[in-house]
Amino acid sequence: MEFVILLLKTAGSTLFDVAPIVIILFLFQAVVLRRRVPHLGRIALGFVFVLLGLTLFLVGLEEALFPIGETMAVQLTAAALEQASAAVAHWDDYLMVYAFAAAIGFATTVAEPSLIAVSIKAEEVSGGSIAANGLRVSVALGVAFGVALGCLRIVTGTPMPWYIIAAYAVVILQTFRSGRNIIPLAYDSGGVTTSTVTVPVLAALGLGLAASVPGRNPLIDGFGLIAFASVFPIMSVLAYAMAVSAIARLRGPKTDQGP
Amino acid sequence: MRIGSVAVLVKRFVGALRDLAPIILVIAFFQIVVIRQPFPDLAGVALGLICVVLGLALFIQGLELGLFPMGEAIAHAFARKGSAVALLAFAFCLGFGTTVAEPALVAVGGEAAEVAAEACAIAASEEARESYAFRLRMVVAFSVGVAILLGVLRILKGWPLHHLIIGGYALVTLMTLLAPDEIIGVAYDSGGVTTSTITVPLVTALGVGLASSIKGRDPMLDGFGLIAFASLTPMIFVLAYGILL
Repeated sequence: MEFVILLLKTAGSTLFDVAPIVIILFLFQAVVLRRRVPHLGRIALGFVFVLLGLTLFLVGLEEALFPIGETMAVQLTAAALEQASAAVAHWDDYLMVYAFAAAIGFATTVAEPSLIAVSIKAEEVSGGSIAANGLRVSVALGVAFGVALGCLRIVTGTPMPWYIIAAYAVVILQTFRSGRNIIPLAYDSGGVTTSTVTVPVLAALGLGLAASVPGRNPLIDGFGLIAFASVFPIMSVLAYAMAVSAIARLRGPKTDQGP
Repeated sequence: MRIGSVAVLVKRFVGALRDLAPIILVIAFFQIVVIRQPFPDLAGVALGLICVVLGLALFIQGLELGLFPMGEAIAHAFARKGSAVALLAFAFCLGFGTTVAEPALVAVGGEAAEVAAEACAIAASEEARESYAFRLRMVVAFSVGVAILLGVLRILKGWPLHHLIIGGYALVTLMTLLAPDEIIGVAYDSGGVTTSTITVPLVTALGVGLASSIKGRDPMLDGFGLIAFASLTPMIFVLAYGILL
């Protein structure tokens, strides 16, 4: 019964999310464009699938993943605290927390629906030279590294702007060294990583960690993991593109010679 | 291939299962090896996981059936109509409308108001906090509207993305030095929460559709980048809000 109520409530809020989009699309279609959309029936069916899918997805996350993720974040930080010498936090007391942060950052990013959408489009537009799965794995690696580093920052209490500004300096350097084609996609990957699946788990992790480390204020130090998870994927996607073109260069002459 | 046929759906379920395998593995590993405690409520978790797999498969199918074609159809229709003003108005409305009701943003707004009250930037009353959170939400929604508008304008004009984005981040850096401490974390996080699961595919399809139907634009080079704007402008606007307040 409880499950049914949760299902209906989530369906309601998803509908509420989609409503402004549908209204805007409909208004501009009717008033400005005044043109029938091709395959309207199929598109409507697609919207129903999206609504239904997102509802089930969110309910499942709420039921299964978020409670476990949050409990684990609390248990891991508490376990680290027991080993720690109470008064001051040593960064190496929390190795298990960094490992968990990296692993869960990677795993939630791979399952992120908006990233799946962008990578499907990227593979389609690039004619297959950018593989959807390759893109997703490199974004996920970026998130994993970023989140682990973000946890290290919370434990050490160093100011966040230094990390973020340094990371963007690296991104700018990479931008001038990479091919023009990959840059827009790489910048976009920074924005799509932090969505439905990743944000709640990271928020719980950040707040739990800031609450358990002595001398940290969850209100001030708990924020910011999301920012880490948005910068590092840009770096890793640019690196992925560099690696792909380097491999293509190495293989290039060989394939020219034929069998 | 008939879209919507059983074979396609089965393929989607297998794909969704593969997408979720890492999460299941990570949780199982840390639960069994590190935390070493009995798994809580195994039946509930299993039911939840089935929902997640089903939901992801349906969502991806709906993406290909509905969101992608809709975004592209709108892009082609605007390109054919040739009215830049109408297109830019649409871009702004889409950005503003999809962000203003975003639940993640409502949550961040509430948290931010608490931080601001703690730092004595605003009065500690319920009223002051609510109006602070509301104004913050409006600022972010407005900034996303501007972002999509600017992004579409960039596609029309063919400006190189990295000049705008790097310039934007330089501005963020500069403003970080001027802004009050308590707004910085919130501003940086607000860039991440603005791109919802339904907006991203629609906006991506819009960008790619526009770039492929306007002469002289390359879908790879000009089509992507709208989301990058949507993550950048909230930071600038929220920092400005913190400085001016």
